Parts: sequence; C-alpha cells; structure tokens
Amino acid sequence: MHKKEFSAGLIASLPVFIGYFSVSFGFGTMAVSLGISVFEATLISFTNLTSAGQFAGLTVISEAALLFDMFLTQLIINSRYALMSLALGQKMGDRFGLGARLASSFVITDEIFALAMARPDPLTVSYMLGLGVLPIIGWTAGTFLGALVGSILPASLATALGVALYGMFVAIVVPQALKSRPLLWVSLLAIFFSCLFQWGPGLKEVSSGLSIVISTVLASVICAFMFPISDEEVEA
Amino acid sequence: MIYAYIAVMAITTYLVRALPLTIFRGKITNKYIRSFLKYVPCACLSAMIFPSILFATNHIISGAVGLLVAILFALRNKSLVIVAASSCVAVYVTELLMTLI
Repeated sequence: MHKKEFSAGLIASLPVFIGYFSVSFGFGTMAVSLGISVFEATLISFTNLTSAGQFAGLTVISEAALLFDMFLTQLIINSRYALMSLALGQKMGDRFGLGARLASSFVITDEIFALAMARPDPLTVSYMLGLGVLPIIGWTAGTFLGALVGSILPASLATALGVALYGMFVAIVVPQALKSRPLLWVSLLAIFFSCLFQWGPGLKEVSSGLSIVISTVLASVICAFMFPISDEEVEA
Repeated sequence: MIYAYIAVMAITTYLVRALPLTIFRGKITNKYIRSFLKYVPCACLSAMIFPSILFATNHIISGAVGLLVAILFALRNKSLVIVAASSCVAVYVTELLMTLI
C-alpha cells in the first residue's frame, strides 16, 4: 500500500463524499417513510453503494414484488456498471491482480469510475482503494442519518446539495470535450440520444438506467467507427 | 423477507460490476473495441448529465442555471470541488429568488 497514492485518492474523492452524503440522506428519509427500519436502510446502502438501483429497489420492496423482479431491476439499471468495469479493466492492466479487482469492483459507481478514468497517471491499487473509502462512509453515514432524523435538513438545502454530483460530472466532461474533437462528438451524440429518451414519443417508458446504457453504447459505437484511435496510440 | 430482497439486490449489483472486471483481464487489441471503450466514460457521463439535471431540482429553471454555472466554471478549468460547489450555490440562490418573486 502506497500512502501517497492512497491519500491522493482520498483527496480526489472529497466532492463525491459530500455529494453522496446529501443524496443518501434523501434515500434514508425515503426508505423510512416506506416502512423500512433505520438498520435495514443503512445495510442496503452499505452493501449496494449505488443510487438509481437502490431507489428502484425501494419500490420493489414496498410493492412486495417477486425476488426475480428485484434481480431484473438491478440487472438493467446497473448494467452501465458492466460497461464501466470493461473500460476500467483496460486501464488497470497487470498492476491489478484478482484480489485487487474483486475489491475495486465493489466501489465502481458513476462518480468513482469517472475519477479513476480521468486520472492522467497510471491507475494504482492504492489510489483506487483511496477513492473508494470516503464515498462508502459518506453513502452509509448519510443514509443512517437521513433515516434517523428524517426531514430536519431544509428541503431547499437538500435539493441544492443534490446537484453537486452533476456539477462534478460537468467538471470532468467539459475539459475533455474541449481538448479532443472525437470526445466532443461522443458527448454531443450521447446527450442527443438521452434527450430522445426523455422527449421522444413512446420512449419515456424506458427506465433511466437502461436509456443511459443505450445512449452510451450508441454514441460510443458511432464514434469508434468515425474516429478509431490509431494503433500506435498507447493508453496510459 | 426484507433481508432476502437486500441480499438479491447486493449480489446482483456486485456481480454486474465484478464479472467484466475479473473475466476480461487481457489487453484488448482490436482498435474499434479499444476506441469504443475509450469513448464510454465521456458518453456515459454526458448521457447522465443531460437532461436529468433539469429534473433534479424543484424547478427546471434552477436546474438549467446550475448546469450553466457548472459549465462556465469548468471552462475556466476550475477544480471538481469548485465547479460542484458553485453549481450547488447557483441552484440554491435561484430557488430562493424564485420563491421571493
């Protein structure tokens, strides 16, 4: 374990920690209002570490649906993580053995993935683990407090804090899209497709998790053929 | 019964993350697949930002202001924390102003 790498990961994940804390606060509040205990809500957050999947999971639980429904819901909503894992696995290279990969898998979320991929230096195991610690703590503690004290935080403040994660995404995407024409195209195409899912006739029925997966795949496939990276290009 | 739900939820989510990461360990050489994987992060983040951010706040206008402020600060190469914080402040102030009007 390299201390310097680990603390670099910790520092990079600070905005995620803050964002997760406020979003999971809302999750805790919502879970308790649906009759789930404080302990159970906290356990869900600690073992899942995912936003969309957990919110959908609450619906499944409150409707007392089949376990198979739970499986299918999680599979579809979280399928974007499979794509992220594939991309991240290429950046990990030989430095990550089986154990490191099994441990890293647990912390693959939209935000942590984005931070790991945005790192210009090679990804190390210590850095990856450093990235994961605070978000797990923030997500679990936020859920616990949200479930415990419910609606003490003013709604206006909670809403504003919820935007933190989007702000972080913007901070990652904008500089990349400005630097490289292919990435600008990828970004615009993905936005075009996700708008289609939002406003296109009949497409609103598609779950948000699935529409993100389809938009991501379409935009990336189109750009892979439009702008294939050259063979000499070496990935960091 | 709730613990069965939680178990199915946690195991499914973990496997979706872990299987691709542990099964495909070799370096992919096909340039189209490598291009595809290179474009996935940017595509995925973009699809998650827009239009969802417009519906993440109490009003579509405050969401749009939050997005614009974030883009402005990101264009000036501000750090992740600064961009995220400025976006939150923008949303808070916008919603405050909207309740006053």
